[in-house]
Amino acid sequence: MDRFVFLTIDGLSRGAVYAAFALALVLIWRAARVVNFAQGAMAVAAAYVAYTVAAETGSYWLGFVVAIVAGLLLGALVDRAVMRFVDHTSPLNPVIVALGLVLLIQAVLGMLYGSEFRPAEAPFSRSALTVGGIAVLSPYDLFVFAAIGVVVVGLAWMFSRTPVGLRMRAAAFAPEVSRLLGVNVGGMLTLGWALASGVGALAAMLVIPTELGLHPHAMDLVFVSAFTAAVVGGLDSPPGAVVGGLVVGLLLSYVSGYAGSDLTPLAVLVLLLAVLLVRPGGLFAPVVARRV
Amino acid sequence: MSGEDLLVVRGLVAGYGAAPVLQAVDLSVPAGTIAAVVGANGAGKTTLLRALSGMIRPTAGQVVLAGEDLRGTPVEQLVRRGMAHVPEGRGVISELTVDENLRLGGLWRRDRADAGRALDEVYQLFEPLARRRRHLGHQLSGGERQMLALGRALVGRPRLLLLDEPSLGLAPRVVARTMALLRQLRDRTGLTVLLVEQNVRSALAVADQGVVMALGRVVIAAPATQLRDDADLRHAYLGF
Repeated sequence: MDRFVFLTIDGLSRGAVYAAFALALVLIWRAARVVNFAQGAMAVAAAYVAYTVAAETGSYWLGFVVAIVAGLLLGALVDRAVMRFVDHTSPLNPVIVALGLVLLIQAVLGMLYGSEFRPAEAPFSRSALTVGGIAVLSPYDLFVFAAIGVVVVGLAWMFSRTPVGLRMRAAAFAPEVSRLLGVNVGGMLTLGWALASGVGALAAMLVIPTELGLHPHAMDLVFVSAFTAAVVGGLDSPPGAVVGGLVVGLLLSYVSGYAGSDLTPLAVLVLLLAVLLVRPGGLFAPVVARRV
Repeated sequence: MSGEDLLVVRGLVAGYGAAPVLQAVDLSVPAGTIAAVVGANGAGKTTLLRALSGMIRPTAGQVVLAGEDLRGTPVEQLVRRGMAHVPEGRGVISELTVDENLRLGGLWRRDRADAGRALDEVYQLFEPLARRRRHLGHQLSGGERQMLALGRALVGRPRLLLLDEPSLGLAPRVVARTMALLRQLRDRTGLTVLLVEQNVRSALAVADQGVVMALGRVVIAAPATQLRDDADLRHAYLGF
C-alpha cells in the first residue's frame, strides 16, 4: 500500500511535467498545425542557458527566470527564422525541418558544453515527507505541482478571457478572416511559438533535476512521453494534454515500480500505438457533428 | 448621386497565377451610397472584392479609399482605414461564440469605450444574436450567421462595407431584411456599401449604383434605377 501511494504521487509529479510539455506541443499544433519535434532540444538549450546563469550568479531563481525567457525567445526565433520559410503544403515538411533542428541544437549544445551529464540541482529537497508512516510528497513535488498549476491556469485564463487570447484563437481557427478583422496573424503565430517554447523550458527545468542531469539528450525520453500524452489527449485539446500527461505519468510510474524500469520506454510506445489504433483523434477529441 | 467618392478604383488588374481575372477595372463609389456589382459567374466579382481588401495582390492599378492610396497596405491594416470585408460564405468563426466573434470585430480599436458601445448597438440591431451570445458559431442558422458576419463588421464602425454575396443560401425573406438593413444603415450612419450579388433583382432594388461586370471588366456602371427600368439596357447587359 505504501508503495502504491508512493508510486502514485511520483507518477503524478512526473505526469505534471509531461502535461506541461504536452500542452506546449498542443499550443503549437493549434496555432501552426506543426508537431514540434524540436521542442525537447529547444527546452534543453534553454535549461543550459539557465544553469550557466545560475552557476555564474549563484542564484538558482535567476537561472529559472532566465530559462523561461530564453525559452520564449528561442520559440519566437524558431518561428521567425526557420518555420516561417517552410512550405506547409505537405505536413511532412515542417516535421523534417523540426528533426533537423533537433540535430542542430543538440550538436551545438555538445560543442559548447560537452556531452557528459552535468549535475543539476533542485531548489527544494526531494526527499518525501512522511505523514502517518507513509512517504508522501516531497517539497520539490509540491513545487512542481504549483509551478505547473500556475502555468496551466494562467494559459487557460489567457486564452479564454483576454483579448490577446481571443486573437490567438481566431488566428488559429481562421487566419484569413482574422486578418480582415485586423488581427496580426503572423504576430499571433510567433506568440504561440514563444509561449509553447517557454512552457517547454519550464518543464525541462522541473524534470532535469529529477533525472540524471543536464545533457543535450536530456529531454529525449520526456519528449516521447509527452508526445504520447498529447496524442492520448488529442493534439487539439489543451485539457486533454493535461489529463494525458497525468495518465502517462501514472502508467509509467506503475510499470517502472511493479515491472521494472527497463520496461517504461516500451510501455510508452505500447500506449501510443494503442491510442493511435483505437482512437487516433485522442480521448478528448471534440466530436465533429458535421464538417461545413 | 452627390458627395465625394469614398472609393476610387483605377485600372485594377488582379488574379490568381498567370492569367489575370480582373482586366483593368475602373469603378468609383460616392460616400454614403450603395453600389451593387452584378454579373455572371466568373465575371470577377469576388476577385474584385478580394483585390480591394488586399487578400490578393493587384498586379497593376490603384485603389484609393478616402483619398488614400491603399497600395502595399497589409490586409490587417485595412480595417483601421475604415474598410470592412464580409467574405463569401461570411467567415463566421464557428469555433468561437457569438460574443467572441463580435468582440473580435472591435479588438483593433483604440477607443475601447466606443468599441463597447458599438457592440451594444449591434446587439440591439440584431435581437436574435443577443439571445445567443454564448452559442458557438456553428450552432447558428444561416440567417443568424449572416447577422453575425454583418454585425461583426459593424462593430468596427467601417466607412466602407464590402459584402460578398449576402443573399447566398438565404430565404427570400431574410434577403429582403438584409437589404432593408443596408438602406437603413446608409441613411442613418452614412455607411458606404459595395456589394457583389448573383441575385440581380434584389441587389438593384437596394443599390444607388449598378455596376455590371463581364469577363473581368466593368461593362457598364449606371444608376440602379436606370438599369432596373430601362428594358433595353437590362436586356443588353443583364439578359432579362
